Amino acid sequence: MTGGQSPRQRRGLVAIDGAMALVVLLLIVQIWLLSATLESFLAGHAETAVPAAIFSGLLFLGCLSLSLFVDRVDQDSRRQ
Amino acid sequence: MAFFRKPSKVALWKDEFSIFTSDERYVSRRQFTKFLTLASLSMFVGNLWILLRARLAKTPVFPSVVVAQLGEIAVDGVKLFAYPTPNDRCILVRTGEEEYNAYSQKCTHLSCAVYYAKESQRLACPCHQGYFSVKDGTVLQGPPPRPLPRILLERQGRELVAIGVKVG
Repeated sequence: MTGGQSPRQRRGLVAIDGAMALVVLLLIVQIWLLSATLESFLAGHAETAVPAAIFSGLLFLGCLSLSLFVDRVDQDSRRQ
Repeated sequence: MAFFRKPSKVALWKDEFSIFTSDERYVSRRQFTKFLTLASLSMFVGNLWILLRARLAKTPVFPSVVVAQLGEIAVDGVKLFAYPTPNDRCILVRTGEEEYNAYSQKCTHLSCAVYYAKESQRLACPCHQGYFSVKDGTVLQGPPPRPLPRILLERQGRELVAIGVKVG
């Protein structure tokens, strides 16, 4: 079921699927982190806010990098 | 390989709505990844909002309010009062001859009013069967995620005075 794709295009799709799976994983961690930080903040423990914000920022940068990677692979595979 | 996408010579509408079926898989995946990245950004913004709230939160100033006279309520008796504002309902429980405990009456689960269950000597929330310790307000059972905010009491002569609220 390759739909007339070249080997290069298939490889590109596999790479994109892998990157997407990683983005989903990072997002799940971020959702958990946000809910845990909110819970902690509401319980009166504001000291967790700084490390949580830094870690969440790093996770977002990871997602952004993977998104740019997907964009790039998409371009390379389709404009061969 | 450059990290960023090179400027494309193809018009955006042609790029997004390709006539080739094989290209559609790329477009849908790319758009989904963008959506996930935006969701990730919103999570980050949420964390920043919590950080801002934590940084900008002012130390609250609590008034001193007389909530009861010593001996006004019997052992295992309760008195309801409002503190620090008239909208914040609280419950004072006399758990011993010389022992008084006061808590916010708002359950930390979904804000139902808790009451003192004398037979089990616990504070109970009737909505979802949440139970709190009457000694320190910690959660004993049920869905509440946090302890009840404790009202700090001070004895001034024959009066019990509320002087603050301790959360967590």
